[in-house]
Amino acid sequence: MKNNIRFVQGNEACVEGALYAGLNFYAGYPITPSTEIAESLSGRLPRAGGKFIQMEDEIASMCAIIGASLTGKKVMTATSGPGFSLKQEAIGYACMAEIPCVIANVQRGGPSTGNPTHVSQGDVNQARWGTHGDHGIIALTASNHQDVFAITVDAFNLAETYRTPVILLLDEAIGHMREKLVIPEEGALPIVDRLRTSVGKGVDYHPYLPREDGRLPMSDFGDVHRYNVTGLFHDMWGFPSNNPRVVNELLHHIVDKIENNVHSITRHKEHFLEDADYVMVSYGSSARSAIHLAKNRRKRGEKIGVLELQSIWPFPTAMIREKCSGAKAVIVVEMNMGQVLAQVKSAVDHPENVFLANRIDGELITPTDIKQLLRVIQGRGV
Amino acid sequence: MAIKDYLRQRFFPHIWCPGCGHGIVLSSLLHAVEELGLAKNDIVMTSGIGCSARISGYVDFHSLHTLHGRALAFATGVKLAKPALNLLVPMGDGDALAIGGNHFIHAARRNINITAIVMNNRIYGMTGGQFSPLSGCGKRATTAPFLTIDQEFDVVKLAKAAGASFVARSTTYHAKESTLYLKKAIMHKGFSVVEILSQCPTHYGRKNKEGDAPDMLELYKDTTAKLGSKALEKNPDLIPRGIFVEEERGEYCEEYDKLVDKAMGGAR
Repeated sequence: MKNNIRFVQGNEACVEGALYAGLNFYAGYPITPSTEIAESLSGRLPRAGGKFIQMEDEIASMCAIIGASLTGKKVMTATSGPGFSLKQEAIGYACMAEIPCVIANVQRGGPSTGNPTHVSQGDVNQARWGTHGDHGIIALTASNHQDVFAITVDAFNLAETYRTPVILLLDEAIGHMREKLVIPEEGALPIVDRLRTSVGKGVDYHPYLPREDGRLPMSDFGDVHRYNVTGLFHDMWGFPSNNPRVVNELLHHIVDKIENNVHSITRHKEHFLEDADYVMVSYGSSARSAIHLAKNRRKRGEKIGVLELQSIWPFPTAMIREKCSGAKAVIVVEMNMGQVLAQVKSAVDHPENVFLANRIDGELITPTDIKQLLRVIQGRGV
Repeated sequence: MAIKDYLRQRFFPHIWCPGCGHGIVLSSLLHAVEELGLAKNDIVMTSGIGCSARISGYVDFHSLHTLHGRALAFATGVKLAKPALNLLVPMGDGDALAIGGNHFIHAARRNINITAIVMNNRIYGMTGGQFSPLSGCGKRATTAPFLTIDQEFDVVKLAKAAGASFVARSTTYHAKESTLYLKKAIMHKGFSVVEILSQCPTHYGRKNKEGDAPDMLELYKDTTAKLGSKALEKNPDLIPRGIFVEEERGEYCEEYDKLVDKAMGGAR
């Protein structure tokens, strides 16, 4: 392929990944630091035969992509903290009605209007529990533009596979930083297309009856099967039900389809981890500082490595326990007050050996910030 | 096709109270669809939350029962993604104009080809009778024990000001007239609004001494008059019924395609 090398912002890498994955409908509302995604797609998407619409608010953007998804399109919206809060009710709707969609949240400092638009990773828990009620959710993240591209493709694939909203949890530093991106050849990365029902016209189609493998083939609005979609608990036809058995089974289904597939949904990378006495667990732009520090300390013979998370939800508990089992100490590097820290502590056998290296002041955490904590842990003074 | 062929009869009985006007609205709407000869596969009905919103479950179209106030936002996504589909969006008064007010005015502004039907019973029925932005002043509701002081919206004026290119009003007493307006609204290219006054004897009628369903229907006969009628001329306090706006204006999905064609210099 010619001209497949770009020097782009992370937000643009996300756009490239989305188009590669087959995005053909975007609805959004302006909010920094995610706006470049909308700006870029407003020109790119119509040229690629897709549709772009700027809606009247964040809520409408989320609702519009759900509507478009039901016509068979691959859909996406992008936002940041305050907008992510506003979208939560409709994200819950997509969980309940099992509508594939991708939501990019380029994180900035919160709560509320917060620290616009400085870097933060404070929406980790909101990505998990932002909408009300029990539900399963998938949230992916990345620390460099090549990976932003790849996990964006993954996000669309997982949304289609599990018929669920997928959150792309990026951050301001990744979103706005420029670096090299090599766009893979067509076919180099797998693409999961919409699974459509093979049930023919005139045969009773059950939109909410899972196959043996748990997947639910869809039928596009406008095609031969007319069915009901609702945010209420519903039976296999999609019709509202408060039958206790129906409610119980559906809630188990929307949670279990994610939690029972942690092994195939979760993604991570290992940097110098084989014999590491000190394991840094990090993700997003924070992971860049952790990797930089690990490289430098390795040169001095220190056994230190990084476990980089590329998916945060569902949390890879078993993998974390295994990878951290031999460590003298585990340092969670993130830009919030310990949201992934709490998960890691509950995953490992010795939570007392898990420490937090963080920054919450809107500045990117540096290798020096982490090193200072490391010295304390290692008993080498402050 | 018979009217019952447009219903999902296995999901009956419906949830509406005896005497509720919403069944009459449903009937008027299905007659409109039947008389126009529209194919069921070409119709998507989206609705929000409330008594009115349950209408989408009962019809044999593609149906999308969504969030409170958001039916038009979902419908906009469906329509722009697949413009060949006919979008019918019945909403309650609180649904359309309180929590959903923003989507209502912006759908009108875009002039996107969607038919919005405001089933106006002037009350939040499903939650037990709280006042809505269409209740008006001096009304009794469970959240207004000393009567309401809130001014109501005039749906017709609001829709017109926001840019809807077809606006009509009728009542459940005038079911055949409603069908006529709904037919015109569905055939109209652009955003169309049909307000249908619909009685809620359970939560509005009883509290406001308007009697039971037959009395409330009689009241629609007595307190409304057709646009241009002598009755309205004599008594301007009557609520006007009729078609208030019917204009040709660029429709959003068509304008979108034209714009993209132009930008691409015919390369599409």
